Amino acid sequence: MTELAQHLINGLSLGSVYALIALGYTLVYGVLQLINFAHAEVFMLGSFAGFYSARWLPMFREEPRFLAILAVAMAACAVVGLAIERVAYRPLRGKPRLNALITAIGVSMLIQSVGQLPFFMGPSPQFFPSLLADGQLLDLGGVSLRKLQAVTFVSAVVLMVGLHRLIFHTRLGTAMRAVSFDARTAALMGIHPDRVIAFTFVLGSALAAAAGILVGMSYPRIEPTMGVMLGLKAFVAAVLGGIGNVKGAMAGGILIGLVEALVVGYGTSSYRDAVAFGILILVLVIKPSGLFGRAVTEKV
Amino acid sequence: MQVLRPGPILVALAAAVSIFATSCEKKTAAGSTSGDAGARSDAHAGEIVFGEVSSLTGQEATFGASTHNGIMLAVKEINEAGGIDGKKVRVITYDDQGKPTEAAAATTRLIVQDKVHMVIGEVASSRSLAMAPIAQSNKVPMLSPASTNPRVTEGKDYVFRICFVDPFQGTVMAKFARETLKIDKVAVLRDVRNDYSVGLANYFVESFGKLGGTIVLDQSYSAGDIDFKAQLTSIRAAAPQAIYVPGYYTDVALVARQARELGIQVPLLGGDGWDSSKLYEIAGDALEGSYFSNHYSLDNPDPRIKSFLEKYEAAFGQASDAMSALAYDAVMIAAQAVKTAGSTDGAKLRDALAATKDFEGVTGSITIDSDRNAVKPAVVLSIKGRKPVYAATVDP
Repeated sequence: MTELAQHLINGLSLGSVYALIALGYTLVYGVLQLINFAHAEVFMLGSFAGFYSARWLPMFREEPRFLAILAVAMAACAVVGLAIERVAYRPLRGKPRLNALITAIGVSMLIQSVGQLPFFMGPSPQFFPSLLADGQLLDLGGVSLRKLQAVTFVSAVVLMVGLHRLIFHTRLGTAMRAVSFDARTAALMGIHPDRVIAFTFVLGSALAAAAGILVGMSYPRIEPTMGVMLGLKAFVAAVLGGIGNVKGAMAGGILIGLVEALVVGYGTSSYRDAVAFGILILVLVIKPSGLFGRAVTEKV
Repeated sequence: MQVLRPGPILVALAAAVSIFATSCEKKTAAGSTSGDAGARSDAHAGEIVFGEVSSLTGQEATFGASTHNGIMLAVKEINEAGGIDGKKVRVITYDDQGKPTEAAAATTRLIVQDKVHMVIGEVASSRSLAMAPIAQSNKVPMLSPASTNPRVTEGKDYVFRICFVDPFQGTVMAKFARETLKIDKVAVLRDVRNDYSVGLANYFVESFGKLGGTIVLDQSYSAGDIDFKAQLTSIRAAAPQAIYVPGYYTDVALVARQARELGIQVPLLGGDGWDSSKLYEIAGDALEGSYFSNHYSLDNPDPRIKSFLEKYEAAFGQASDAMSALAYDAVMIAAQAVKTAGSTDGAKLRDALAATKDFEGVTGSITIDSDRNAVKPAVVLSIKGRKPVYAATVDP
């Protein structure tokens, strides 16, 4: 029982990280029908932005300092996301979707390889400083809940709820949904699709940065290739929940986290990744629209 | 067109993944490459060319960087002392990004295109295993400084190593745990994507069982994972007295941290893959009181080791680890072989390497046995104050 409770806690905290990254995939997909593979690299850059700003920012009270670093990283990644969209994706708008997808893979690999050059982040892993003091928050008969796990989970939920409100309860969110539904008609209604799309990238990248910092604090080994596996898992989470669906990304992320924890705990640990990607294949075969997605008939 | 039709795009994902797997190779050639065709021995008149394959980038980048430094230090010394019989040594280095496929491609390039006289590399057994058949079929000697998996040299008479092998290393730790630490129950956490880790875990499990100990749980992870809490939660429930984690430093550091976070206080045990200054940086105090087997110890009072450490620190501004010491020895042994062979012919070089006996290297006295492995003692280091401290020597 203790073991099961511990596995569930571990799964929830890992799942909330997947969910945060999955949101970025789903946001961009929802608006552009583009799988933005560079998202995993923006997440990685978010971690490094936190790493470098923690170096330069002097020590003062812990919590405001953490929030300041979070803000700096989110701002930096928003700029990166904006730049990627402007340079790599906007020129391809209106071209076949496959072009943009391949460009996304190219951008992802470019950032990864350039990041490994000694002039930038360098090839070897770096140690992410502990921005908040970690410690035991709860110890219920051997079930341990760490402060950082709680912080990760709470931050993830707050960001997700905020995002949900933004999409469904603001004018900007309405514009995003309108562009997602039909960009040309939206333009006729006085919405600038380019501006809305740019904003989507800003939002997704800022979320990725937050995920990068939360991951850095809990798993303090950061490196230019750290986005690859986490990014793929988050992508699976987004597909599982129904890519393009915000609630689906949250649920998918947490579900994948829980499944992984339970597979390792009660199955064989070597099948962890296989199970995650097996889920991807199963979802695509059985219910391609995902758990929360609705099947929409294609209009031509 | 309308939203929510991920089908065709996801098909392209498969293509994407395969592109990831075969991404292009990065090169850093030290010195210029002569494009001569013709026989290997004529290709580089007046110089000896060694090819180096190292993981200069990627997960185990400190292994590659340390190896490269060790090689460069040795080459500099050889050339400053007038080279080998008047011929200067030149090294051509390729980065394999820590990927076996890249290591194989780099080896082919070194042998076929650059026509090197000998290949030096790799540290990781999985990469050396990819390289060895290429060196063997081209009859160019390959000398691995630090790959400990037995299959690297097995059945390949052109492939040598100057370090001990995993059956020995696994036995060393099993013996140490059983006899010195008096431990009965151990859990194993191995990296399934890594030949080195799997091999070492197998030999440890076998010897530990033979010595009367029990393996309470055998768990695995994949290199590059960041979350090990699920495995560690199961291990915690099995209540071992120590956990054997024969992985590489980056993963081990996170394993150690997360073990302590879950309240697991028992020592961790490991192998030479732990040896990197990054281990202590990332793990912090989580590894205090843990042990690992290694090729040599920094606090050895031997004057030869002392002078090597001083030279290394003066040249690179950082402390040497086992990988750089082994790489240094590898180049020195290669140079000696070229000298004794009096030729750069592959078969003659191979015979000279095979005849290496009682070579006094930085990492101990090295004798190559009939299986082309080095016979030498191992040391066990304990971690105190974020530093490895000598604990015991175990002879073969």
